[in-house]
Amino acid sequence: MKTGKRYAVVQKAICTACGSCADVCPNGAVSILHGCFAQIDISRCAGCGLCARECPAGLIHMEERA
Amino acid sequence: MKQHHWYHYLWLWSLLYFSLGFVHILFAWLGLISFILPLLFALFDGSKGFCNRYCDRGQLLRALGSQAGLSRRHNMPSFLYSRFFRYAFMLFFFAMFGSILWTTWLVAGGSSSLQSEVLLFWSIPLPWVWNLSAGVPLWTAQFAFGLYSLMLTSEILALAAMLWFRPRAWCTFCPMGTLTQGICRLKAAAPHNGTP
Repeated sequence: MKTGKRYAVVQKAICTACGSCADVCPNGAVSILHGCFAQIDISRCAGCGLCARECPAGLIHMEERA
Repeated sequence: MKQHHWYHYLWLWSLLYFSLGFVHILFAWLGLISFILPLLFALFDGSKGFCNRYCDRGQLLRALGSQAGLSRRHNMPSFLYSRFFRYAFMLFFFAMFGSILWTTWLVAGGSSSLQSEVLLFWSIPLPWVWNLSAGVPLWTAQFAFGLYSLMLTSEILALAAMLWFRPRAWCTFCPMGTLTQGICRLKAAAPHNGTP
């Protein structure tokens, strides 16, 4: 699985766990942890930004990998 | 390309539900499925599995907003997804549901007559002649009118939010979503049996 130069980061404290990010992720890198918030597995994140585009509240942003 | 699953077509249930309601108001009772299933997922699975996959409204918003491209994708004001607004809206929504139950109780007890109309936003009657069968207890029809009003009003709010903001903008302040996330948070925070 190819990872990108960027990865997605979720603001977990205010995430509403709707799951729209998980639904669009092509790599299955996003999961909803215990119905509380979205969690990104950065080892699988391709950095495509689809989840950030789909999050209704705009609570996902992209960061550069170190 | 993301795979399509069977549950991506659950938006058909939304269309069927609202169509059936116009054919016969007692079909509105089927709306209780959307109240009970998310609670069962939250209580027994500790997840928002219903919201994440099986919510017909969520799938309708996805189909219209993302797939059909109808969403303008403006940023939501942070107020709309703040914890204060979400819980206030949930309380308001369930207060309205409580008022439906109260009216149903009054009709069942004979102290109020049947109000055979669907109200949008709790005030605007829909111009439609509703089909009622003889022999059905009046309270069942009263509850159906109330529930259908609530479902239709929230559907319109959800579609408006989808059109102006992002496709699943409604989900950020959906009362059932707020309630089930609250249950999931409580379950996740509770100590598990057998663990120190």
